[in-house]
Amino acid sequence: MPRPLEPVSQGTRVTLGISFFILFVAAWAFATLGGFVSRTFLADPITMLQDGWLLLTRFGFLGDIGITVWRVVGGFILAAAIAVPLGILMGAYKSFEAFLEPFVSFARYLPASAFVPLLILWAGIGEMQKLLVIFIGSVFQIILMVAVAVGNTRRDLVEAAYTLGSSDQGVVKRVLIPANAPEIAEILRLVLGWAWTYVIVAELIGSSSGIGHMIIDSQALLATGQMIFGIIIIGIIGLISDFLFKAVNRKLFPWRLA
Amino acid sequence: MSGTILQIDNVSRVFPGVRGGAPVRALEPTNLQVAQNDFITILGPSGCGKSTLLRIVAGLDRPTDGRVMLNGREIKGPGADRGMVFQSYTLFPWLTIAENIAYGLREKGIPKAQRQEIVASYTEKVGLRGFENHYPKQLSGGMQQRTAIARALANDPEILLLDEPFGALDNQTRGLMQELLLGIWERERKTVLFVTHDIEEAIFLASRVIVMSARPGRIKADIPVDLPHPRHYTMKTTPEFSQLKAQLTEEIRVEVMQAEGVH
Repeated sequence: MPRPLEPVSQGTRVTLGISFFILFVAAWAFATLGGFVSRTFLADPITMLQDGWLLLTRFGFLGDIGITVWRVVGGFILAAAIAVPLGILMGAYKSFEAFLEPFVSFARYLPASAFVPLLILWAGIGEMQKLLVIFIGSVFQIILMVAVAVGNTRRDLVEAAYTLGSSDQGVVKRVLIPANAPEIAEILRLVLGWAWTYVIVAELIGSSSGIGHMIIDSQALLATGQMIFGIIIIGIIGLISDFLFKAVNRKLFPWRLA
Repeated sequence: MSGTILQIDNVSRVFPGVRGGAPVRALEPTNLQVAQNDFITILGPSGCGKSTLLRIVAGLDRPTDGRVMLNGREIKGPGADRGMVFQSYTLFPWLTIAENIAYGLREKGIPKAQRQEIVASYTEKVGLRGFENHYPKQLSGGMQQRTAIARALANDPEILLLDEPFGALDNQTRGLMQELLLGIWERERKTVLFVTHDIEEAIFLASRVIVMSARPGRIKADIPVDLPHPRHYTMKTTPEFSQLKAQLTEEIRVEVMQAEGVH
């Protein structure tokens, strides 16, 4: 039996990680190919791959993937560009925090998906509406998490900066921001994951392109293979973006690992 | 003896009571004059208000009453004219050792070439050559505190404030750090205010030891240390040193007994 908290080697880690994927697909294949689950409700892995290949080669699914990625990234960047500075200001200046924190805490619980009908009324069914769903879903989360991170900056580092001659602005610019940059990047990575769930919701209703649109189309045709392929693609893209984010963070903040 | 650089006039500090409790008087009205080039150690048991006094001089805390004057100007807040070294490791973890030492110089807007020159000279003085591009995390506690001293000195402050800077270090390292700091002081003759609860440290470094009493804090004794310079660690075993140590131990003992409620 392994001991609690005992580390495992890199090789064992990778092997174990991959083996669960294999186990998962094997269980799925056993249930479907073995005839335990009706094909109408759940396609088997081979059909799923065939359907996926068809989608990519015949139905221009790559374009759908592209447009969905664009929406997520666009809405997310919009949210981050506004939320990160606001979060830093809230974390740094307590009066600003007292002013905004109650509202942001309230707004955070407004479900982004519930805004979809309203946003269609306001912004139509164009790209703006999709971006806004992701924006609403992400912006309040980022603001609050960044504000908490900045507010928790080590007091003694701030005091040290003051005794070295920093001005109030200097403390924000040269202590609060660099001290929390890795954590802010980590927050963005986390919220980007959530943004992926909002984009699909936005595409399920009133959309004519994107992965979510393909999934809702496939439902009408009972093409479960296509639906599962779409869902798996989202998972894979999420995994890749997560990996990229981590790699960039390691590169940008070497002092964290030093 | 040269002129007074720092004047503490009737400074007291009362912390407001927590949750309706009675306010806590951390520091009784205190007077102290620090002469140029003095090395003053403030010695006292924990909770005697010695750190509070130092933080007030640094401008990080406000006195409830009284005022502190540095070169005739009243202290209203923290500033680059008073360098501070903290007990906790306060190097900026995202900056390298060289960048940490250069921090204050950059805030002052000193050009890069000159900055590098000053940084190189102080890295040398605290014996950290070859570590310029390391991050603080990669250094031992003693090396980090040496960097913190270099960072404070590079700013060329009028007075150097140290709040138990070697408190977290092991005994051997602490001894070496005391010699290093004393060596720098002997060469550069900075005015230093050094808070400690270690009696030996207080005597070894000081030209004057201020003993503080416990709760509420006030100055109990002001003892000049006339041991010759340069001082070597072997001095700690001389009869003169031992005699001072015995005297201060007695002074402190009474205070600790009072603070701990032992009679």
